[in-house]
Amino acid sequence: MAESGTVHENTTDANTTDPNTTDENTADPNTAGESTAGESAGATARNRTVRPGGGPRGVSRYVLRVIAIGYLFFLLVLPVALIVWRTFGDGLVPFVEALTSPSALHAFQVTLVVALWAVALNTVFGVGAALLLVRHDFPGKRLLGAFIDLPVAVSPVVVGLALILLYGRFSPVGGLLESWGLQIIFSTPGMVLATVFVALPLVVRSVVPVLEELGDEQEQAAHTLGASRFQTFLRITLPGIRSALAYGVVLCLARSLGEYGAVAVVSGRLVDQTQTLTLFVEERFQNFDQPAAFAASTALALLAVVTLLLTRLLRPKD
Amino acid sequence: MTVDTSSRTAPPPRAGARRRPRASAGTALGLGSAVLYLSLIVLIPLALVVVRSTDEGLGYFWKAVTTPDAWAALTLTIGASAVVALVNLVLGTLIAWVLVRDRFPGKAIVDTLIDLPFALPTIVAGLVLLALYGPESPLGVNLAYSRAGVGLALLFVTLPFVVRTVQPVLIELDKDMEQAAASLGASPFQTFRRIILPNLVPAMLSGTALAFTRAISEFGSTVLISGNLPFKTQVAAVNIFSQIEGDNTTGAAAISTVLLVVALVALLALDLLQRWGSRRG
Repeated sequence: MAESGTVHENTTDANTTDPNTTDENTADPNTAGESTAGESAGATARNRTVRPGGGPRGVSRYVLRVIAIGYLFFLLVLPVALIVWRTFGDGLVPFVEALTSPSALHAFQVTLVVALWAVALNTVFGVGAALLLVRHDFPGKRLLGAFIDLPVAVSPVVVGLALILLYGRFSPVGGLLESWGLQIIFSTPGMVLATVFVALPLVVRSVVPVLEELGDEQEQAAHTLGASRFQTFLRITLPGIRSALAYGVVLCLARSLGEYGAVAVVSGRLVDQTQTLTLFVEERFQNFDQPAAFAASTALALLAVVTLLLTRLLRPKD
Repeated sequence: MTVDTSSRTAPPPRAGARRRPRASAGTALGLGSAVLYLSLIVLIPLALVVVRSTDEGLGYFWKAVTTPDAWAALTLTIGASAVVALVNLVLGTLIAWVLVRDRFPGKAIVDTLIDLPFALPTIVAGLVLLALYGPESPLGVNLAYSRAGVGLALLFVTLPFVVRTVQPVLIELDKDMEQAAASLGASPFQTFRRIILPNLVPAMLSGTALAFTRAISEFGSTVLISGNLPFKTQVAAVNIFSQIEGDNTTGAAAISTVLLVVALVALLALDLLQRWGSRRG
């Protein structure tokens, strides 16, 4: 093989078609005689590195592929598949029954309320902050960006603790709000705040790059033509960032539906009161009700898969 | 939102003022609202955690951090996160390589799957791992309530970071350089070490730093599989959680502060790395 390589500049071509290769082999002595010895040696080295006989490189490629897929299979695919299989192992009926129990339905409802509030707040904030970061100039812009990214680095449990320290019953602010009849911690507002915290950067970071790319020429033109700023936003900016915004909202929604740690701390984990779907999974599992825990997990996993497919569709292509 | 309401009162921009089209009133109102929102939800609460941790003096802070169970949790968390980050460094780069340079049927599905840990709720991640690698494991592998189990959970949730930072760099990487190296007589290993690796290192390290930051703060996925055994499998976030449940918010705040500082140091290092990377690029 290496011998044939010395002759032919295009070893790749030679190797792909067998008849050619054998031809080159037979013609080898002739052509080698025509070129000088030094050239031939150089060519040998060169061609060996480009395609060392086709064998070793192919094998190493195969090994890498097997390692990568094997790792993903045992870490991701098999565990998730097992849960789905256990959930539906006895048919659809136990799954539906487990998810339509009063506790499960209540958990669904709490999850949905909290997630929708959190997504609404973060979407409004996200678009506003992205416009601010891209379209406006002010001192401390980098600092604002860093603060927006801060939640990524904070443990969900610390998020919960932080909110308790400000809004808990025994803090000045929490006490004052409670005297007005507004309970934050161990109640829905606290769970919304916790969810907003953990999902805060997602919409901003999805919208910012697209806003930067769009530029503001069209907005300027609309302005010049007499459009109000609100009209400009509605007719020019919003359509421009539509898919990026949708991408951010989907990410934010997925994060909100799936948040566990921060909500576990601020909700007080009161069954049938502040229990979200993720808290339901944990509580059912700890109480040896595996079917319900698995069913709720499967429901959340299905949501995750839907999210993956949606983000795949919406992901900005650059 | 805030920008819209301000627009009514703001004077129309003059034709000459293109450079800073929307300064003044709109900016101020928008900035004010954004800062208020951030302050009420993120900044003031986090500041209170740091304040609370030193509420009873630095001596108490130090004592809270070095109680045997808290110290064990912190060292386990940082140690396990470092190991997990290193595994990610190697395997994440390998997976990114396979996704970019290899071709096989079903590659698009594998590529989509990488993001699954981001989409899957952490408690579900812990549960699925416990189902496969727990006491009822159909494979006969029981990692429940062991440090290996904690590591496994951390590997699960941190998987996408290195892959997703290295992948785009690898796609952009010019193949001409590799071909030039090869034609000049470099072995595939030499080409990888001298040409490809130097280009990937900034992205690889960024991904590793992100994975590390995520791992030290992880809670949900470790709750079920770790069994929460103090001194053995209890990670820092779980330790904080049990201290909150036990109404020891000062102790919880002290450990939280340590976690925050470690995460910020890691992110600062990441920022420096990125600048280093962009200067080289």
